[in-house]
Amino acid sequence: MARYFPFLVRGVGITVQFTFISFLLAVMLGLVIALGRISGSRIIRTPCQIYIDFIRGTPLLAQIYLVHFGLPQIFHYRPVGYIDALVALTLNSSAYMAEIYRGGIESIEAGQMEAARSLGMTYGQAMRYVILPQAIRRVIPPMGNEFITLLKESSLVSVIGMEDLMMRAKMMAGQSFRPFEAYFTTALIYLVMTITFSRLLGRVEGRIKGSGRS
Amino acid sequence: MVEVKNLHKSFGDLHVLRGIDLEVNKGEVVVVIGPSGSGKSTFLRCINHLEQPTSGEIHIDCVNLDDGNVNINLIRQTAGMVFQQFNLFPHLTVLANISLAPAKVLNMPVEDAEALGRELLRKVGLADKEAVYPHQLSGGQQQRAAIARALAMKPKLMLFDEPTSALDPEMIGEVLMVMKELALEGMTMIVVSHEMGFAREVADRVVFMDEGVLVEEGKPSEFFRNPKHERTRAFLSKIL
Repeated sequence: MARYFPFLVRGVGITVQFTFISFLLAVMLGLVIALGRISGSRIIRTPCQIYIDFIRGTPLLAQIYLVHFGLPQIFHYRPVGYIDALVALTLNSSAYMAEIYRGGIESIEAGQMEAARSLGMTYGQAMRYVILPQAIRRVIPPMGNEFITLLKESSLVSVIGMEDLMMRAKMMAGQSFRPFEAYFTTALIYLVMTITFSRLLGRVEGRIKGSGRS
Repeated sequence: MVEVKNLHKSFGDLHVLRGIDLEVNKGEVVVVIGPSGSGKSTFLRCINHLEQPTSGEIHIDCVNLDDGNVNINLIRQTAGMVFQQFNLFPHLTVLANISLAPAKVLNMPVEDAEALGRELLRKVGLADKEAVYPHQLSGGQQQRAAIARALAMKPKLMLFDEPTSALDPEMIGEVLMVMKELALEGMTMIVVSHEMGFAREVADRVVFMDEGVLVEEGKPSEFFRNPKHERTRAFLSKIL
């Protein structure tokens, strides 16, 4: 059994890669969607609202199939699994990220925006220099949770052939006829990763709190 | 300087301002008093369009704010506002609170904006506090910093929305002192306040507001000694 262990661990790299890249992209895309979601203009707000509702109301698995099999059928191109996996994970996470940003922005007292506007700042300037710098501190803890969720859910990209940790678990189970050992070991590897990352995140949060200001 | 004509403001079914007319001349200090819920704050917030008036006209410096071509951000630069809850930016130092708007809105070089900030901090007696954060200041100090922040945009008009109502009694004096100095320098001011001592001493005119209308106005000496309207008398008897 032990000889399969290095084989499994090589999948960790792919899993971490998918998680980090789609997390970073979702952090950026999520902010754009959040700003759209709280926009005063209905033409901007409504599509963002629909996007968030659709993504959060449908299974990630269905979204992965839609991106990998559905879109190429409509737009006639050859699907690339690696890119489709990243796109699906990013789109999925960005909707959750948008709601995290929105919560952070809306938690800032209305007086802050009013004070900024009363000084002649535009809405955009007030957001950029006054609201967002305060909101960012408050969204870091929930974003850490979203990172952990993404790490676990990235296992679903194995269904479109990505050789991540989960895919290697399936291969090991098939070759060794030892599904229990294969999946249990894999589960433990995920556990070690999530514990490690939440410890790291805890330390980041501690440092932010340590700086005193909220 | 400021001309308000037949100003109305409703929030849904709630008719808060029911036709207000007021003229404020350059250099004049007008203190607005009245019971809570009478629309004083809403009126003040309409003047720089933090609230959108339902109908009526507001002219600041001869510019009609409801003219579609007016850049409201430019108007707000000419009308500084001081809030009851200070609303300082908690993530910035006191100096950065003051220099932010001149640097970003007026595109002033950062060194100049900071020099201006230091000068204003000296003026409000906080020269030694430039590097601290707002939460490290007392309420009175925060409000003085907020006044300095508003002054940094070189406004022609200052609006004060109950500037001392959130303060402990021993800190009210230091804020009123700064406001008095400002008045003596010739700043045009509209102050919503319950500080009758300040109104008596500093105001050129006192305006009594109740249920969304201006009931009575006059010079403070006249106004307090000989209020004409029944509602004014009833209000004054309660607070004096």
